[in-house]
Amino acid sequence: MGSAQSVPPEMRALAERTGFTSEQIEQLHRRFKQLSHNRKTIRKEDFDTIPDLEFNPIRARIVHAFFDKRNLRKAPAGLAEEINFEDFLTIMSYFRPIEMDMDEERLESFRKEKLKFLFHMYDADYDGIITLQEYKNVLDELMSGNPHLEKESLRAIAEGAMLEAASACMARTGPDEVYEGITFEDFLKVWKGIDIETKMHVRFLTMEAIAHCY
Amino acid sequence: MGAAALRALHWALLLLLGPLLLGQGLQANATRVSEQPWGEAGGITAAPLATAQEVHPLNRQQHNHSSDGHSKPRKAFPVLGIDYSHVRIPFEISLWILLACLMKMGFHVMSSVSKVVPESCLLIVVGLLFTENLGTILIFAVVGTLWNAFFLGGLMYAVCQIGGSGLNHIGLLANLLFGSIISAVDPVAVLAVFEEIHINELLHILVFGESLLNDAVTVVLYHLFEEFANFEQVTIIDIILGFLSFFVVSLGGVFVGVIYGLIAAFTSRFTSNIRVIEPLFVFLYSYMAYLSAELFHLSGIMALIASGVVMRPYVEANISHKSHTTIKYFLKMWSSVSETLIFIFLGVSTVAGQHYWNWTFVISTLLFCLIARVLGVLVLTWFINKFRIVKLTPKDQFIIAYGGLRGAIAFSLCYLLDYEHFNMRDMFLTAIITVIFFTVFVQGMTIRPLVDLLAVKKKQETKRSINEEIHTQFLDHLLTGIEDICGHYGHHHWKDKLNRFNKKYVKKCLIAGERSKEPQLIAFYHKMEMKQAIELVESGGLGKIPSTISAVSIQNISPKTLPVERVIPTLSKDKEEEIRKILRSNLQKTRQRLRSYNRHTLVADPYEEAWNQMLLRRQKIRQADHQNAYLTVPANKIDSPTMSRARIGSDPLAYEPKPDSENLPIITIDPASPQSPESVDLPNKVPKGCGGLPPSPEEDEEGLVMRPKEPSSPGTDDVFTPGTGDSPSSQRMLRCLSDPGPRQEPEEGEPFIPKGQ
Repeated sequence: MGSAQSVPPEMRALAERTGFTSEQIEQLHRRFKQLSHNRKTIRKEDFDTIPDLEFNPIRARIVHAFFDKRNLRKAPAGLAEEINFEDFLTIMSYFRPIEMDMDEERLESFRKEKLKFLFHMYDADYDGIITLQEYKNVLDELMSGNPHLEKESLRAIAEGAMLEAASACMARTGPDEVYEGITFEDFLKVWKGIDIETKMHVRFLTMEAIAHCY
Repeated sequence: MGAAALRALHWALLLLLGPLLLGQGLQANATRVSEQPWGEAGGITAAPLATAQEVHPLNRQQHNHSSDGHSKPRKAFPVLGIDYSHVRIPFEISLWILLACLMKMGFHVMSSVSKVVPESCLLIVVGLLFTENLGTILIFAVVGTLWNAFFLGGLMYAVCQIGGSGLNHIGLLANLLFGSIISAVDPVAVLAVFEEIHINELLHILVFGESLLNDAVTVVLYHLFEEFANFEQVTIIDIILGFLSFFVVSLGGVFVGVIYGLIAAFTSRFTSNIRVIEPLFVFLYSYMAYLSAELFHLSGIMALIASGVVMRPYVEANISHKSHTTIKYFLKMWSSVSETLIFIFLGVSTVAGQHYWNWTFVISTLLFCLIARVLGVLVLTWFINKFRIVKLTPKDQFIIAYGGLRGAIAFSLCYLLDYEHFNMRDMFLTAIITVIFFTVFVQGMTIRPLVDLLAVKKKQETKRSINEEIHTQFLDHLLTGIEDICGHYGHHHWKDKLNRFNKKYVKKCLIAGERSKEPQLIAFYHKMEMKQAIELVESGGLGKIPSTISAVSIQNISPKTLPVERVIPTLSKDKEEEIRKILRSNLQKTRQRLRSYNRHTLVADPYEEAWNQMLLRRQKIRQADHQNAYLTVPANKIDSPTMSRARIGSDPLAYEPKPDSENLPIITIDPASPQSPESVDLPNKVPKGCGGLPPSPEEDEEGLVMRPKEPSSPGTDDVFTPGTGDSPSSQRMLRCLSDPGPRQEPEEGEPFIPKGQ
């Protein structure tokens, strides 16, 4: 792996912080360079060069998530203009698979991290709550590949989903209170049934060298 | 001891009572009848055993009868006669099946265990989990079975050499054959037992998948050794050919299945006018797939599975709901009956067949079976866990090993062995039966308490909620996107590509009409709604609220920017139920009255109608129930078109096409009738922009359409206020519509007497 000189010795620190192995970091670095056209940082436009991503209905959100300062752990709100390799790694680290040797506590925090990432993707206005409108936007995007859809159905679905979440979390509060939206705790509850840590991962073990055709 | 034990007990009864009940007379039938299905290399599926056999004997009977009639001397015309021989065969078979079912029924009545109807019929295999674990399952099925076969065969050969004089003559090949017969895990047995214990999905699918897929291995090995036993010598070439034939058998089987599946899917596209025969297509195509595969000595079970998997998404989209239900329940019935019959045959043959008991052989078989299984599972799991994200724990491994039940396939394969070539067949049979009995009884009965003891993860009973569905889809797309960004062509990438291919080309061909464009989420949502609608109708109108939604309604959900609104609390549930029942019976009346108002109001939607009804009902409640200042009207679910369609479908009077749909200006009629103050105030209590959401631009452009601003989602039966429409026009609307008339009509006095529905 001859690209060692382009990765500074901070790689150790990086490896430790993000939990990747040095091989994985090198591979990701190669990918980073491809995306950034050998510059130091990536901008949003660089993501448009990935052909397969076009078909993805939530493409905008995914790209957005890379620049979200909350995910980069830099600020509680706002978007970064560009990200460097370290940021790239930070985002990727949310998708690491779990390891066998993790203890309960680490597993729990790992899980929370992943869910927080997801939460930020839903919550577009940085207020920490997923409102009905935001949820609807998500649904609109998800279904954007289907022009034949009735708006009614989407709306009904969004409301149904919100109601479900609300009723799950509102059990204690009286009906007088207003339910503003899904908070992170509620979000956690919804995901309790699904083992996020087993689902939300990408195998970084095997990554082929990408054809240099972009 | 739990349902599993009861089940096993139930089988015991069947196995033992079978021969007792049916007596000697039927034994002849039994052996003849049992040979037929087993003749297909032991493929046990939901095959119509009874009908297949009925055809043959019946033909023969008819033949005899007709030839007889001609030569008889002339006698008086028999007005009434008894001719038992004419109907003997089908009669006995039906009687047999009937008795089996009665026994089953009686057993259940006795124990009052409500059996969980098996969801996984052989045709409808579990989807996602299956494909994700396919690698694991294949390894278990193929390598595991091979290992079992050879290990067992080899060891038995050793035993035979060492053992007493009776065993020395059994050659290596015979032993290997024996090993291959007995090493296959039986899907029927596994299915039955695992269903009861509600084990978590992963384990269930692993063992069950293994038992299905090892059919190919079993078929190949069986034929291989059977042939080899005839050869004088086995050369390398033969072994290689055998190896090759494995691929041919399994892949060929799958290929045949896929072809039939596609044909079936394509056929179902055109059945929209003749819904009645849809189930028949499904059954026939599947059975033909099985038969065609068996024709070429390919793996019939794999063909069956492949055809089921391939045809399912398309056929499900195309066929009517009723056909779907028919297929589902018919298959369940069929599989239930077959299972019962299989075990009865087993019992009968146990008693009726010849046996040769050899202690050494039998005991060592049993022992080595267990050992082989355990070892196999351990080694394979160690190997597989290197590649799995979700590792298999020792507990899982134990269950997998323990759940390796043998069943009727092994028995029938042995039964078919040629006596001349394998003169130790009886001994094999005895050993096999012993092993089957042991695994089924001992392992089958004890697995349930063991599962509890080891605290293995059970199946999660949660229903899939809309939220989960949305999130899962979101996650899928997210992961695909990340994989693309990483440049990693992983699991998600290919799945996504397949989906896109499917959507673009295949679905267009195979799914009729508009349904092909419906995305999964919407389909899911509609399904849920449909379910709820049916529940609603079945429970006599406005029944119980689905459990997912409870005391929250849509106006409780508001963005924080709006001031906190007054929200009308809900009535207690019982009261609501009561009121609903009462109001339901009055629906007819209100509708009649309502129609006269439509000329003065806007009539754009079916939502309209429901809205109006609701308001009128509110009226009624108010009049009926003055104590409550706050009112909740159990609304008809005003929501998506599907719901209204569902409702319309069930209640023809609910909506009728309105003749006029122009947008008339609103006529505000001041309420002149003695209305309780609430009726007027209520809309006011919930001021504009109440509880609901800020009017989105699209709504405004729709003009003065009187519709609930935010239609209640499925299940929000509880709270309803007219205030959810926040345009001022709608409020005026309300006031206008909530007027039932200038005077109290006499019928109003009797709103609580159900009008004969």
